[in-house]
Order: sequence, then structure tokens, then C-alpha cells
Amino acid sequence: MRGKFGDRLLHGYTWLIIAWLTAPIAVMIIFGFNDKKSKSNTSWQGFTFRWYRELFADSSLTEALVNSLQVAVVSTVLTTVIGTALGLALGRHRFRGQGTSNFLVFAAISTPELVMGASLLSLFVSGNTPRGVVTITVAHVLFSLSFVVVTVRARVVGLDPSMEEAARDLGAGTWTTFRLVTLPAIMPGVLAGAMLAFALSIDDYVVTSFVNGSTLTFPLWIMGAVKVGIPPQVNVMGTLIFGIGVAIAIANAIASRRRT
Amino acid sequence: MTKTQAGAEGATAPSAAPQVPAIELDGVVKEYLAHGEVVQAVKGVTLSIAEGEFFSLLGPSGCGKTTTMRMIAGFEDPSRGAVRLRGQDVTDVPPNKRDVNMVFQSYALFPHMNVWENVAFGLRRRKVAEADIKRRVGEMLEIVDLTGREKRRPREMSGGQQQRVALARALVNRPRALLLDEPLGALDLKLRQAMQIELKRIQREVGITFVYVTHDQSEALTMSDRIAVMNNGLIEQLAPPREIYERPATTFVAGFIGTSNLLTGEVERVADGHAVLKAGEDGRVLVAGGAHRAGDPVAITVRPEKIMISTEEPAGEVSAVRGTVSEVVYLGTYNSYVVGLPGGAEVTVFQQNAHDSSSTAERGDSVWLSWQPQHSYAIGS
Repeated sequence: MRGKFGDRLLHGYTWLIIAWLTAPIAVMIIFGFNDKKSKSNTSWQGFTFRWYRELFADSSLTEALVNSLQVAVVSTVLTTVIGTALGLALGRHRFRGQGTSNFLVFAAISTPELVMGASLLSLFVSGNTPRGVVTITVAHVLFSLSFVVVTVRARVVGLDPSMEEAARDLGAGTWTTFRLVTLPAIMPGVLAGAMLAFALSIDDYVVTSFVNGSTLTFPLWIMGAVKVGIPPQVNVMGTLIFGIGVAIAIANAIASRRRT
Repeated sequence: MTKTQAGAEGATAPSAAPQVPAIELDGVVKEYLAHGEVVQAVKGVTLSIAEGEFFSLLGPSGCGKTTTMRMIAGFEDPSRGAVRLRGQDVTDVPPNKRDVNMVFQSYALFPHMNVWENVAFGLRRRKVAEADIKRRVGEMLEIVDLTGREKRRPREMSGGQQQRVALARALVNRPRALLLDEPLGALDLKLRQAMQIELKRIQREVGITFVYVTHDQSEALTMSDRIAVMNNGLIEQLAPPREIYERPATTFVAGFIGTSNLLTGEVERVADGHAVLKAGEDGRVLVAGGAHRAGDPVAITVRPEKIMISTEEPAGEVSAVRGTVSEVVYLGTYNSYVVGLPGGAEVTVFQQNAHDSSSTAERGDSVWLSWQPQHSYAIGS
């Protein structure tokens, strides 16, 4: 007999896990409203909207955030385009070098970030490439590409190949077929891949720290500020990024419910 | 005479006035390279399909029927030979420029579009005016009995409904010919039989040439005006269903279509327009037609329902063979007997349960089998 006690235990455990997962986020949000007087932002000293008003008061932090957003947007677009093409090719066609391509996609996922960062740095140094936003963007495309490939490929493999033939049969040329039939059919995979790429890019520290030169991104700026005390604006920015992420996730859930 | 030529010879439509055929295949060959070896999927098919005809390509899987259809649609390029639509050579025309449409085995509906958008897809590609699209899609949905479901997504519909959407999506373009690739394969038996009748009705209603690929002989026999039975990349016989069934041209056709008994023997004598084969101690097999001479080896087929089963020796100008019943199966409307002949051959006999349900013979009984001379059909090997 699994009595009330077992049920209650399960409930308690579930809530414990939820609390465990959300506590850090809650702390981040709450301390964005902390009216702190001292250097560090670790003890509650009163409620204020000041940090929201003075969100962009620290110009170097703002610049780091702008860098991060710029890199994330550009690398997500590039990654999604290249990754979708690659995912389509790997999922649909049989060709020479396919095994190697599949292996490389997997290898890129499983390579430790430290290794990838160090090797990219030596590549850029030996190529005399000036480090900055461009090299960061290239690095982000590299480590997030495989994730887009994998999500798109999974979608492509599940597609009925005669669907494209049907479109051709009904008078659609190659490009029209792709635009009206193939792309909408794999869209959930493409979107999932794009969101993954964005999430990976916006908070990457390890690889970025190798190839950034003197440019700072949002995560790099925070790590630099740890010793002197993180300003509450970081909490506010984190809160906003989190809020946008949640909004996108909810919108996606609603959209996919409408699709099915 | 080669088998290909046999196909060409029977290719004139039964009731066609002299007009350009809807579809012509002229010596079409399809070769693949598989593991460094050339494999011929289609070894030379010549046929012509008349306007408005319901034409079936029938054969076991791997016989080349689907490849043949895909060459008509344009999804496969013939290695040799030509494809003509209404006399126009379209061998090098891509599928999106060919005036034929296809219904796929998997339906291949567009999952992100609703029924209406699926059906309108082809007309939109052809830049038909929006008002015409509205009218034609509406009419077509009425024909396939889907009015009121325009806003449904394919996945919200049953298999039979999806099938009808696929049909409407192809037919709404008023193609020269509609190609159907085992379209009923995924449906259960009841729905399938209903759809067979439905398809035939729709074909009469729209008057479009149907080319139907199937491995199901009863489906082909039920619906077709003519059937091309294919085996191993070649047409074995091309004829109306009745002729295919009653007078199979080859052993393969005899074996593939329905149940058939194959008997072989040597012509003993020719008398009264019959060739008489000896069968066992006291048996005889009569074959109509005078094309045989004494001493010729002959193979014949007899359909199980043409054979009478009796305990006494039948009299008259009939084939009569003695055998022992080795199996009796009750099948509702008829009984099926398997009778072993002295030579080792086995003959299947269907006997209608017309009078009473007790069977004429039991397992182990010694019986006489008899049938009319015209039901012994001599076949080329």
C-alpha cells in the first residue's frame, strides 16, 4: 500500500527540487532591488528601483552587454543558416564524406571548451588575426553549430521524403518547394537550434575568454567585477535577459500548441 | 516474340476511337548502379494508355511497376526510351512542368497546411486567379466528400480522409493523367473496399486517365479497364481484367492472378477440335483449339471455380481426372478442396455452397474432377 505518506513525500520532494532550481534565480531578481550602501551586494538593506533607473550608469558594463547581444544575434543567425543547411544535407542525402561530417559534428559537441578555446586562440594568433568581436563571433558559431545541426537533422530524418516530391509534382520548383514545404516542416527544429545557439552564446565564458583580446562581453565583465563587488545593475540585466527568455519560451509553447 | 512486344501488341485501348493516347511509353529502360553493378529495374516497357482509361500496373514488389510510374511522373529519368503525354515527348521535362499529378502511398500531405491550403497548393503554383481557386477547391472537396473540413490539419483526420485530401489535391489541377502509387495500401480492408468503389466513381465523374500501381490483384481486377501485369522489369501481359484472369499469357500471370492450377502433359491425339492429353491411368485433359499436334508438350491452367468435383466418372466431351482429396477447407460461400493427382500434382477446386453446407467429398475420398475444354487454357512458358 502506497499511503498518504508516500504521496506527501513525493510532493515535498518535487517542491524541494523546484525550489533548488529557482532559488538562485530568485536571489538574482531580489538583489536587483537591494538598496545597498556598501561595495558588496550580498546582504539585504532595503528596497529600491534605483538600479533599474541607473541601468546604464556604468558605461563599461553597458558596452559589455551590447557586445554580448551583438555577438549572440550575429552568431545565432550565421549558425542557424549554416547549421540548417548542414542538418538538411546530413539528414537527407547519402554522400562521400558523410561519416566524417557526422563525426565532426559530434566531436565539436564533445570537445571540452578549454581545448576549443585554446586551439582557437593559437589559430588566431598564428594567423595574425586581431582578436575582438569578430573572433568571438567566429568562435561562438563554431561551438554552437553542432547543436543546430543535431536538432535540424533529427527533424529532417523524420520527414516523409515524398512530401517534397508532392510539392514538385504540384508545380513547385526547387526553391519554392524549400520555402513552402521543407522549411516550414523543419521549422520547429530550426527554431529550437537557434534558441540553443543564442543561449549558448549569450552566457559563454570559457571559449570567449581565450579569443576576446581586449573586448569584454557580459559574462567576462561580471567575472572581472567579482573581486571588487558586482554592481546591482548586473542583477537587473540578468533579470531582464531571464524575463525575455521566459517570454520566448512561453510564446513558443503557445505557438507549437496552435500548430498541432 | 519477346515479352515487351507482347505488351505493345495488346496496347490498343478496347473502345478507343483513333486518337492520341494520353500516355505512351516507348521502350523505356531504367538502370541503376548498385555496388558497382548495373541493375535494370525496368527492362524495356512499351505501352500506351488511352484518354480516360483506368489503367493498372500490377505486380509483386520489385517488379518495376513503381519505377515505371515514377518515370511517367518525371521523378526518374529513363536510361533509354521515351515518355510521351498526348503525343508530346516529355522525357526531359521535370516533374513540376509535367501535366500529370500523383497520389503518394504515404499521401505526403503538407502537415503545416490545412486541408484547403493543401488542395489549393497546385493551383496557386499555376497562378490561377484567386476566385477560380476558391471555386475549384470547393467543388473538388465536394466530390471527395470533405466539405466543411477545410480548416482541419492532416494529422487531425483519419487515414481515409487523408487519402481523399491527397486525391483532391492532385485532381483539382485537372491533370492529363492521375498517377496513384498503392494509394489504398495503408487502409484497413473495409475502408479499402469502400475506397475502391469511391475511386472508380470519382474517375467516372472527372473523366481523367488513372494509372494505378498495386500489388493487390483483386484491387486491379475490380477497378481497371486494362491491366499490365509486370514481373522482373517487363510486362508479362497487358489486357482487360477478364482476359488476364481467364486467359493468362504466362505461367507467372496464371500464378500471380488468383488461384490457378498448372497441369503439363503431352498431346496424345487431336480430335474434334480438341487436343487430348493423357492424365494418369484413365484420365484425360481436353484443350480447345486446334493449334496442337500429337507429341507436343503442353502446359495448361484451369481456374479452381471451373472444376466440378464428383464421385462418378463424368461423361461427355470434358476433361476428367481422378485424384484423392487431401484437404477440405470451409470458406463460407464456398468450399476449397485440394486434390492430389497420381502424378504428384495438386489441384485446387472451389465448390459453391449452393445446395447444402455438407461437402461433396471428404478427406481421403477418391474423386473425379471435370471441366469444359474451353477452360483448359494453354499458356506459353
